[in-house]
Amino acid sequence: MSVHTLEIDGRMVTALEGETILAAAEDAGIFIPKLCAVEGLSAPGACRLCMVEIAGQNKLRAACLTRAAEGMVVRTETSALREQRKLLVELLLAEGNHVCSVCVVNGYCELQSLAAALDVDHVRFTPRYPARTIDLSHERFGLDHNRCILCTRCVRACDEIEGAHTLDVAGRGRTARIITDLAEPWGHSESCTGCGKCVRTCPTGALFLKNKPAAEMKKDSGFIRQIIAARREKIWI
Amino acid sequence: MTPQILARAREAEQDRQSRLRDRILCCTVAGCLSSGAGAVRRSLEQEVERQGLGGAVEIAGTGCMGLCGDGPLIRSSKRDLIYSKVAPGHAPAVIAGAHPAMTADHPFYKGQRRLVLANSGRADPERIRDYIAAGGYEALLQAVTRMTPDEIISVIRRSGLRGRGGAGYPAGLKWELVARQKSPVKYVVCNADEGDPGAFMNRSVLEGDPHRVLEGMVIAGRAVGAQQGFIYARGESPLAIERLQTAIGQARNERLCGERIFDTSFNFRIDLRIGAGAYVCGEETALIASIEGGRGQPRPRPPYPPESGLWGAPTLINNVETFANVPAIVANGAEWFSKIGAPASPGTKIFALAGRVARTGLVEVPVGTSLQTIIEDIGGGVPEGYEFKAAQTGGPAGGCIPASALGVPMDYDSLPAIGTMMGSGGLIVMDSSTCMVDIARFFMEFCMEESCGKCVPCRAGTVQMHSILERITRGEGDPRDIARLMELADLLQNTSACGLGIAAPNPVISTLRYFREEYESHIHARRCPAARCRMHGEAAA
Ligand SMILES: Cc1cc2nc3c(=O)[nH]c(=O)nc-3n(C[C@H](O)[C@H](O)[C@H](O)COP(=O)(O)O)c2cc1C
Ligand code: SF4
Ligand code: SF4
Repeated sequence: MSVHTLEIDGRMVTALEGETILAAAEDAGIFIPKLCAVEGLSAPGACRLCMVEIAGQNKLRAACLTRAAEGMVVRTETSALREQRKLLVELLLAEGNHVCSVCVVNGYCELQSLAAALDVDHVRFTPRYPARTIDLSHERFGLDHNRCILCTRCVRACDEIEGAHTLDVAGRGRTARIITDLAEPWGHSESCTGCGKCVRTCPTGALFLKNKPAAEMKKDSGFIRQIIAARREKIWI
Repeated sequence: MTPQILARAREAEQDRQSRLRDRILCCTVAGCLSSGAGAVRRSLEQEVERQGLGGAVEIAGTGCMGLCGDGPLIRSSKRDLIYSKVAPGHAPAVIAGAHPAMTADHPFYKGQRRLVLANSGRADPERIRDYIAAGGYEALLQAVTRMTPDEIISVIRRSGLRGRGGAGYPAGLKWELVARQKSPVKYVVCNADEGDPGAFMNRSVLEGDPHRVLEGMVIAGRAVGAQQGFIYARGESPLAIERLQTAIGQARNERLCGERIFDTSFNFRIDLRIGAGAYVCGEETALIASIEGGRGQPRPRPPYPPESGLWGAPTLINNVETFANVPAIVANGAEWFSKIGAPASPGTKIFALAGRVARTGLVEVPVGTSLQTIIEDIGGGVPEGYEFKAAQTGGPAGGCIPASALGVPMDYDSLPAIGTMMGSGGLIVMDSSTCMVDIARFFMEFCMEESCGKCVPCRAGTVQMHSILERITRGEGDPRDIARLMELADLLQNTSACGLGIAAPNPVISTLRYFREEYESHIHARRCPAARCRMHGEAAA
């Protein structure tokens, strides 16, 4: 397999053939902000936080979708990119109903920590306060649409790893929302295996375990990488 | 179908038509039908019957003759006259040739060059014989029996034809990209999702001359090595769908599409796929997802459809009007086409002329015709008592052209230079009663509603931009709002995943560029210069 050498933020980095800029950067310890990409799942290019500058290209590129190439010179942190990321996070915060103090993942939320990392201390946009619902019909899990940022990690984990495809997106634009089966209550779902992969992959408190009190739910989407590795190594058979 | 049968069919139909005393063609596309063309056609048929002219005068349907604002339109082919605003009671006068009429040198037609709409007003879209009589399927015969795929592509490339779906991508280059792919399975897709508000160029071509589009697609199939084509049409245009179904059935019966075309080993099947009318499904990767049965949401590019499109196979996607140009280019040659229109964008473009002009409807002009010519000569100018303020082109992805730029040639390079674009051909003329902030708000609302919701800048950014614009038009604008709008516009342009989000700020940027004082008046003086927006606290007029 061929290997490419490229420059990311002034450092020489190697990337395997086909590897994305995002993955190559992470391997080298350079973490580009992101909310939708998860190692092991397909990348939808939805959150647009990982947009980077590539020398010689007049358009920004999503690092999660762009393959690293030999000799590429990438900048992941410029003041313009940082300002842009701030705006994106503010747009997300204004779009839903994010009340951290009563959220199960308070302190462990990827949206929250990203906002902190980007010094988002206030939101310049008018909060939309959308009227959204909570689905508590499942025995063990809850889905609070107020906190959903439509990253579709749950949809992809359910489809690509569990193979159930219980979750999907319905509607478009500001009315887009996560649904279970044919927009039925989750508790009625016949396809849901109850594996909980969606809950663990969700970056916010939108998907949660029912018995968790506020600020006590840690999540880690790294388990997807482990599952994929285990399957590859045939650890379970 | 064989070459001999095609020639014989053409001659027989031409002969039949020439022996008629008159052939009266009634517009049968959506615009005129809605103004009563159906009843007019029935009364003409009854009148022919009543006068016992059965074998001598034929009443038939035809495509759009352009002056939709003055419909129903009827054309007498022997007299070469067009009658406008015909009512059922006019039937005897029309048949006798005594009804007031327009001739081909009417100013509305004089500046036009009708290539794509050549058969509209002349042939019946529901009869394949009419299309054949007008020389139809000759180009396909040539392409299938006398040209290699490389030769076809070379003709398209040398013609300079650019995609009519909006961006003006060179068609020959795209065909070549698809042809070069080594894959046993390839597809040709016709993008008929036309969804800009007020646009009906593609729909009129499909309703008025469906065989032209089919012929273009089959030629494309032969050129790129595909055996299957899809037309992605909107469910909201039932008539276009019906005409396409009829035309596909006829072409298949005559072996002009389907299997063993012209008795060769070349097969090319065309199927219809009906969309539910989401604007974003016109974006090529969303369209592909929709045909595959998935959610109509754009996919990351690259890979581009020529490499990996429908079900991962190399796919050629062109607009209706792009395909409709192909038969004439193949029949008449690249040089002929490249001499029409502007050197860098040859050919013609159809515009849907609407708004404050004397004559509204569908006009087809050489690319590069000035906006002034279209509005003043063809459209008859802005009516007395009104003043031209701006023209909007490119729909929700475009911008406006102020009076100072009226001389701009309408082509793929000049329009972007002044901050707008050709788009699919929407052209709205606005006068001083139009508020430019309100126009920007209108298009932003459209983009907000039509955003697929996948990516954050477009999904949430259009909502915020719309809310700022709305606030300004309510008279509650804040002095910082213009800067906020520009900041968001930048964000959407730089980070959106597809053309919808990238282009959504264009109407705002363009109106701010030319009409900034209108924004400022709303914000600082709480006054709408066009007296259109009702300001907060203001009593209802
Ligand atoms: C939001 C969006 C909507 C679009 N809608 C259409 C459409 O309705 N019809 C069309 O032909 N192209 C549309 N396009 C452009 C297509 O993606 C594609 O470029 C085009 O069909 C290519 O055809 P052409 O090369 O013949 O122009 C749209 C693009 C975007 C981003
Ligand atoms: S529920 Fe969670 S994982 Fe699913 S889309 Fe919403 S925020 Fe993302
Ligand atoms: S730019 Fe808008 S329409 Fe395009 S993918 Fe993003 S959300 Fe969907």
